[in-house]
Amino acid sequence: MRTLGQYIKPYGWRIALQMCVKISGTVIELFLPSMLSIILDEYAPVGNRTGVWEMGLGMILCAFLAWLGNCCANRMSTNISREITRKLRFDLFRKVTSLSAAQQDAATDASLVSRLTSDTYNVHNMIDRLQRLGIRAPMLLMGGIIVSLLLEPVLTLVLIATLPLLAAITVWSSRKGVPLFTRVQEGQDKMVRKVQENMSGARVIRALSRTQYERDDFGMVNDDLAARQRTADLTMAKVSPATSFILNAGLAIVVLVGAYRVHSGASEPGTIIAFLSYFTIILNALLMVTRIFVMYSKGSASARRIEEILHMPVDLQQEDAAASADREHIVFDHVSFSYNKNYDNVTYLTFRLGYGETLGIIGPTGSGKSTLLSLLIRQYDVDKGEIRIGGKPIKTLTPEELHSRLGVVFQSDFLMADTLRENIRFGRNIADPEIFEAIDCAQASFIHQKDGMLDHELTVRGRNLSGGQQQRVLISRALAGDPRILLLDDCSSALDFRTDRELRRALKERHGQATTIIVAQRVSAVMAADNILVMDKGRIIGQGTHDELVASCPMYRELCTLQLGGDAA
Amino acid sequence: MLSPRLSGAAIDAIEHEAGVQFPVVYKYVLLMIMLAAFTSLTSWALSAIMIRLSRNVVSKMRKDLFDHMTTLPISFFDQYQTGDVISILSYDVDTVGATLSTDLTQILSSLITVVGSFVMMLTIAPEILLIFVVTIPCSIGVTRWRAKIVRPLFSKRSRMLGAMNGYAEEAVSGLKTIRAYHQEEEFNNRFRTHNDNAVNATWKADHTAAVTGPTVNLINNLSLAAVSIFGALLYMAGGITLGNVSSFVLYSRKFSGPINEFANILSEIQSSLAAAERVLGLLAMEPEPADAVDVQPITDCQGHVEFRDVSFGYTADTTVLHHVSYTAEPGKVIAIVGETGCGKTTMINLLMRFYDVTEGTILLDGVDIRQLPRDDLRQQFTMVLQDTWLFDGTVFENIAYGRDGVTREEVVRAAKAAHIHDMILSLPHGYDTIVTGSGNSISKGQKQLLTIARAMLMDASMLILDEATSNVDTQTERRIQDAMLQLMHGRTSFVIAHRLSTITGADCILVMDKGRIVESGTHEELLAKRGTYYELYHAQFDRPNEAA
Repeated sequence: MRTLGQYIKPYGWRIALQMCVKISGTVIELFLPSMLSIILDEYAPVGNRTGVWEMGLGMILCAFLAWLGNCCANRMSTNISREITRKLRFDLFRKVTSLSAAQQDAATDASLVSRLTSDTYNVHNMIDRLQRLGIRAPMLLMGGIIVSLLLEPVLTLVLIATLPLLAAITVWSSRKGVPLFTRVQEGQDKMVRKVQENMSGARVIRALSRTQYERDDFGMVNDDLAARQRTADLTMAKVSPATSFILNAGLAIVVLVGAYRVHSGASEPGTIIAFLSYFTIILNALLMVTRIFVMYSKGSASARRIEEILHMPVDLQQEDAAASADREHIVFDHVSFSYNKNYDNVTYLTFRLGYGETLGIIGPTGSGKSTLLSLLIRQYDVDKGEIRIGGKPIKTLTPEELHSRLGVVFQSDFLMADTLRENIRFGRNIADPEIFEAIDCAQASFIHQKDGMLDHELTVRGRNLSGGQQQRVLISRALAGDPRILLLDDCSSALDFRTDRELRRALKERHGQATTIIVAQRVSAVMAADNILVMDKGRIIGQGTHDELVASCPMYRELCTLQLGGDAA
Repeated sequence: MLSPRLSGAAIDAIEHEAGVQFPVVYKYVLLMIMLAAFTSLTSWALSAIMIRLSRNVVSKMRKDLFDHMTTLPISFFDQYQTGDVISILSYDVDTVGATLSTDLTQILSSLITVVGSFVMMLTIAPEILLIFVVTIPCSIGVTRWRAKIVRPLFSKRSRMLGAMNGYAEEAVSGLKTIRAYHQEEEFNNRFRTHNDNAVNATWKADHTAAVTGPTVNLINNLSLAAVSIFGALLYMAGGITLGNVSSFVLYSRKFSGPINEFANILSEIQSSLAAAERVLGLLAMEPEPADAVDVQPITDCQGHVEFRDVSFGYTADTTVLHHVSYTAEPGKVIAIVGETGCGKTTMINLLMRFYDVTEGTILLDGVDIRQLPRDDLRQQFTMVLQDTWLFDGTVFENIAYGRDGVTREEVVRAAKAAHIHDMILSLPHGYDTIVTGSGNSISKGQKQLLTIARAMLMDASMLILDEATSNVDTQTERRIQDAMLQLMHGRTSFVIAHRLSTITGADCILVMDKGRIVESGTHEELLAKRGTYYELYHAQFDRPNEAA
């Protein structure tokens, strides 16, 4: 909650002002009954018609003033909560985009989504409601207690004696409430994940006729969420009956004590009657306070979940280290890495790649090819060894240095519901002619046939393109920034051979100066490379040019035989 | 309602002329405590009932929405933002639920007070009640007028929150790429726009609704002023006693309290009506057309598939398949090749009835597939797609997903056949390792092998392999060749592959170009033709020096 406090703090004065306006509105409204009693008790019995009219008009005036005050206060509170929510949600999103891949994996996408949406919404509600109710209830409570103290201090003490009990209930409720509402939000995460899975896997689920299974499974997740919500609600629903019981019981004791006081002549029955009417105000105010606490529990459970993300340490810090005297562009120096820190996914990777050279990587599935690329662009930090670009360890590079003029295509890369132009530009400042050049090189000329060409809108995940078209849009994206480093991870798996061949030819002609790493299944895609790594089980088991590897690496030779029809050399 | 009477009676006993009547006081005090306990218990019970009721409604609503989604045509999933759907399932449904649980109870109890007070006032002074003839319609008019203004604003708020959710979900799923291109700042700025839209729409709705409550309150206060003025005047004219005026005032205050509350609740009701609109909008979406009434369940499928002059377009104005005709005999392997975007996957979409043909017919064992129950039809196929889909569950669950009651032994056998068994054993918990959505330590190729293992456990009479091994390396692909052949054995199989080496054994190869079948025949026949297939086939054996 402390972080949330920092978001609220700048609005402290505005909140104070809002509360003042709210208080004045409320107070003005409270004049009305007394003006009314003046009319009925003073003017009416003596037949003072002008007095009745004047006071009546006064009431009307007060009514309008109260209206003005309440409207203003309500609107001010919506202004304030808007600003706080705007900033909080934006900062959360900014933090999410700055998370490292490892942090993202740990938090899970579904949970990040529900924190960005449902949790920020809960916090918004809390801030908004607290402003509207937060001042009125304590004001009435304090007012009620003070007046009753003046009226009958001893009886008030009886009432005050119940306060520790009430405080205990409130503490209990927020102790219980926060974890309960946290559990609700976790249930929400699961629901989000289930929906995500079903949205992305719709085809497979139907193809496997698992619709009923998925329905049942969602039913379970849904029931679980409903049960968590019910538990939280039911627990919170105990608070106000408990509070009102304690107060009412207290009232009964007040009457009893009052009886003794009257008996001993220390008090008047009339005072006790007046005391009872103030007591109603106190009761209502307290019930409002308990409602505020319920809201607070819900809001603060969400606020904590948001803070968990906001407080994540900055991973992948930029470090200071001496540059080495590499002459090569990219150097892997005994690099080892493990995703789960249990067993290494890649072990002792060592290679050097000169400026403008091409590196091909080939090897069985799961041999660490994609991991190598992830490490190079610092999605994860290596556990052992060092990666250097241009002689500088990548840990010392600023993100700009590392990522600008980098072109990369991942396996199953990200296309969004936006125009083709935006999908290719991807936020970078790239003009249309350059985009067309990239499209041309990426063999994505099909774009010319689309309605509106670059303005053609893709649907979610680019689903209105075929697999091969998607890949070529992604390649266009990688090429559009005139990359100095180009990383292509199995990016032509959905392309037919002819297109693939044209692509390779164009790459060589137009982006020959870029240092390129190509991960591929096909020998033909890597055999022209200056250097080829053959990987297996996270290790480099062969390194060299095509001819060298044919001579030295049995696995590579086998691949050639398989794919190139026997005639390897 | 009884409580004031009890305390009154107790006070009467205190006030008794003969001094304080302690036994009576004790009696009433005890009664008060019991009453307090009783009231608290009943109010707790009441809210518990309401909570259960509304939670049931909410959960039912969510379930219905989800179930309905599973009946929607596949195009829905190709078009709708996941985040937007999530927003309907969470924000919109919850908003409706909140109204049900709290607001409805309040309205009910308010209604009782309003009617009660109204009757009391009627008995005291019907004349003054005339004031309410003016003010009540005013209140109703104001709330209705405000509701009319506020409603579209709340609709907009729901929509904008949905759009913001949609964008956030999309961006989170693309974080890896965003990081790679260092475009965090740019995407932050775009989110800023969506966020601004959402908070502004929320603000606009709340801001406008914020006036409703005080306005109705104003009318009530005005009527209070009017009541006191006219009450006083009436008293002076001798038409009423002062005591009656004061009780009238008391009742009119009682009366206006719930009306105020009602006005406040009304804005919440508006917001949940707007939310309900979105819920109903999703529920109203046309599901996949129902099976024809006279469909015959598929019994003993042979796997004879015929495309008869099939044409198809995803939208009305574009056609992606033109007059495609071919016949697949039972048990044969049909390969479909051609340049990317030529309509290969579209053929599969039609075969599975993810979409229905625009023209022509597809026949299974001589019956138009539109005359077959859709679920039955899909059950006849085992399908492995390039887009691997694994869900958040253990490796075992993911492999066993396709069929009920799969044993551990069967799963292990399938995994061994798909050459993924060793990899699974190397995972921290073997077959019980949880595969998460992002599932980093499992490579794309391994995911494909897992889905192949999944397919091996299914017994359907037909098989579809759409680039099923595109990310699997050649050696592994060769090692699973036997398993794949076994998978295809006795099944009519449709295979889409770019690696032509994997399909040379097919019984028939269809070569497609721009949505038409341009060549068909066996590998040898097509090579002999020296046409499109010949070119495609030889493209993969080219040498870099040739290419350069």
